[in-house]
Amino acid sequence: MIFSTLGALFALIASIGIFKMPDFYARLSVTVKAVTVGIGFILIAVSMYFVDFAVTTKSIAIVFFLIMTSPIAGFLVGRVAYLTGAKMWKFTMFDDLKTDIDVKKKEIEEQEKASQSEQAEKKDNTEQSDNL
Amino acid sequence: MSVHDYLLYIIMPILCLAQLFILLRFLKGPQVVDRIVALDLLITVGVAFILIFSIIVDNSIFLDVAMILALIAFLSTVALSFYIQNSKKDD
Repeated sequence: MIFSTLGALFALIASIGIFKMPDFYARLSVTVKAVTVGIGFILIAVSMYFVDFAVTTKSIAIVFFLIMTSPIAGFLVGRVAYLTGAKMWKFTMFDDLKTDIDVKKKEIEEQEKASQSEQAEKKDNTEQSDNL
Repeated sequence: MSVHDYLLYIIMPILCLAQLFILLRFLKGPQVVDRIVALDLLITVGVAFILIFSIIVDNSIFLDVAMILALIAFLSTVALSFYIQNSKKDD
């Protein structure tokens, strides 16, 4: 009874979170964790109601699946949202992934420049040898 | 008040309210990714629904349904996010 109440309350908190949060990323971070905890509590309630080995094994399997898969799904959806350009909250202060992406872009540009200058030098050398 | 009445009259309405809020976000969602997260959450709260239902009708077979549904939620989220990523790449 207590565990099922806790689980239902966690599910309710997650749903209010997904409805009220201002930003996609905040919604994602609220919902993934809270619902996982809620399902965990409800599964504890189920395995306490049916005192049975098979039921307990199944509920442990469900909790394992949820704990394994929900962070992966959250990560994938968040990455896709960033790549497709989901808007951030207007008070967001840090965007670490953006600085990382800028650094990577700069490195790639420098490499391209270096390779281009090398090719130009090679061309110069071949022209000089032709002249000779 | 027995456990069945408590679950039927207090826990189930709370879960219904949760489903309602998530459905509102699913209909409202400004972007497609919002809808994906809302869909994932709808299925996950549906799993909780099925578990409570299995206690109410006193039948443990519904746990299998809950397990399959939890797996399908993960698969659908991953498939939809890959689909959006690749469709954006083709533009």
